[in-house]
Amino acid sequence: MNWKRIWGSYGLLLGAVAVLFLAGICVGSTGTTLPQVARILLGDSSDQAAYRIVWDIRLPRVLASAILGGMLSVSGFLLQTFFANPIAGPYVLGISSGAKLTVAVAMLVLLGQGIAISSAGMVLAAFAGALGATAMILLLSRYVRGTAMLVVGGVMIGYICSAVTDFFVTFADDADIANLHNWSQGSFSGISWANVRDMAVLAAVLLALTMTLAKPMEAYQLGESYAQSLGVNVRRFRLELIILSSLLSACVTAFAGPISFVGIAVPHLVKSLLKTAKPLVVLPACALGGAAFCMLCDLLARTLFAPTELNLSSVTAAFGAPVVIGLMVTRQSRRSQGGMAG
Amino acid sequence: MKECLEAKNLSAGYDGKALLEQVTLSVRRGEIAVLIGPNGAGKSTLLKTLARQLAPVAGAVYLDGRAIHQLSGQEMARRLAIVTTERISPELMTCADVVRTGRYPYTGRFGLLSGADEAIAAAALASVHGEDLADRPFACISDGQRQRVLLARALCQQPEVIVLDEPTSFLDIRHKIEMLEILRRLVKEQQLAVVMSLHELDLAQRIADTVICIQEGGMGRIGTPEQVFDADYIRSLYQLEKGSYDPLFGGTELEAVKGAPRVFVIGGGGSGIPLYRKLQRQGVPFGAGILPRNDLDYPVAKALAAALVEVPPYQLAGEADLARARQLMERCEKVVCTVEAFGPCNDCCARLWALAGAKQADWRTL
Repeated sequence: MNWKRIWGSYGLLLGAVAVLFLAGICVGSTGTTLPQVARILLGDSSDQAAYRIVWDIRLPRVLASAILGGMLSVSGFLLQTFFANPIAGPYVLGISSGAKLTVAVAMLVLLGQGIAISSAGMVLAAFAGALGATAMILLLSRYVRGTAMLVVGGVMIGYICSAVTDFFVTFADDADIANLHNWSQGSFSGISWANVRDMAVLAAVLLALTMTLAKPMEAYQLGESYAQSLGVNVRRFRLELIILSSLLSACVTAFAGPISFVGIAVPHLVKSLLKTAKPLVVLPACALGGAAFCMLCDLLARTLFAPTELNLSSVTAAFGAPVVIGLMVTRQSRRSQGGMAG
Repeated sequence: MKECLEAKNLSAGYDGKALLEQVTLSVRRGEIAVLIGPNGAGKSTLLKTLARQLAPVAGAVYLDGRAIHQLSGQEMARRLAIVTTERISPELMTCADVVRTGRYPYTGRFGLLSGADEAIAAAALASVHGEDLADRPFACISDGQRQRVLLARALCQQPEVIVLDEPTSFLDIRHKIEMLEILRRLVKEQQLAVVMSLHELDLAQRIADTVICIQEGGMGRIGTPEQVFDADYIRSLYQLEKGSYDPLFGGTELEAVKGAPRVFVIGGGGSGIPLYRKLQRQGVPFGAGILPRNDLDYPVAKALAAALVEVPPYQLAGEADLARARQLMERCEKVVCTVEAFGPCNDCCARLWALAGAKQADWRTL
């Protein structure tokens, strides 16, 4: 490991997070300049309209995209470690779709009875769905071997969950659908300060718990036998890992809907930047990288064709999918080279 | 010296079904125990049970007198390390990184290595002559280098016992020998107890202090190589119905071609061996002679010839032997001689060769 490179990368990631954070607050349909934003953030409310836009709309949205982006890419890294598979992630494995299904059902049922669902309720519903989908993937992974088959299985689980979600949406009231439709495409719009507070607390707790798994994760990268022989309680570790990754992706889905490819693309980019896969180093960098990636994608989603806002998942997929394809191609060619050398 | 790793009345297997029963063995520090036996007999299963990767079906395994299932994961990891056959391809890890993972049972909450840990990891890599591999990516080294790095990783745990599953499989002959020489030296230097499985009987015979034979259902012979390696026992252990095994040289020969001999080979001193094997490959039944039983050619000729004229060790052939050889030779279509020089001890061969007359042929043309 090259510590100079690692510190440099952290500097770069922090810089990117800071720049994108400021850009996210300054840029929008109502133009605001950096000095103006600085004054507003310091409490100058002389321009009421701009003050409201910055404090009530842009700031919570930018913070939410940073927090949720970080959680999503950490969740992806955990799943990649668990399945020893670089293209595992909450979206491709259908875990986000599982969470979407249960949240949609919970929303429709409760809204039908005139009850507004709380953040905690959303997160719980999403967690149940995420765990359900994860259980199906785990069951599947017992029978199918190999990277590609697992991902195909996950995509199929995702389709099933989406189909069931669509079924419920078809029979819902029009007013509910408008609400649900936005959310089910993935979006950071309409996030309140209360939401931001809730997700910040959840993110802090979950990421801290994840860091306590950094050491066994490193041993687990050598495979189950070696991890066990080094003293890792493999069964407990696997359970902790899968619950944490499900909780992380459930939180994201609960607040912003399913968001594609962040969980695969960001950990891969971060590892390439750091030139190491050591979890202790990669995990915080994934959180920063995910924050920067989602702030950038959200910024593009709302400004590229303003006033029309793009689907967040369309933007993340446009950036993330090529990374995944590149990943598969380089791994394949490396393997065939290795085969010849062996 | 004290027993280090012991198994008493151990039954090993999967899901409560025993594949091996009543295994009792012990390994001392400074010694190498080698498991041999046919594929599928349960060598790997036994090794996994000894290393606590698998729970015993019955009985127990003891480390320094304590049952291993009573040890914590950390205590176990500080005493016993493994090298498996599993092909690992950890992402973006250098060889030094792989070796460093061996410090796991000694590091704190976040697995950060101290200066002392780094020094131990470096020393472990140096002890397998792997210093120059340190910064190479683990995914991009050869099989031989990989086994050495994995051994260094095991050493980095500073264990008393190392369990290796077929450490020489997939290696070419040079790397097999290199690997075993390193092991031999480390066992003496660091007073390690080593248990490993090997497929190569010749190597097992040379490196093992104790040989443990695993056959279907349980343990076969256990003892020093001298006690275990005899031709009949090895044949029955591997259910070798065709072909043969030579316990002294560890060589194996395929099954002899049966039938009336078509070629007679006058050999001796090792000169005939390549030809015997060539004729076997071509499916030509052949006769050979006259060989004293202490001749270098003898074990191979005995294993492969359809008919052989032999004499007792250190004896010259008599007229009767010569007559038998001549009779055999006259039934063959061709006679070849691989011997370069004749002297008093193989005078009979010189006479035989002269008697072949028109049947004489150059063995290189066969």
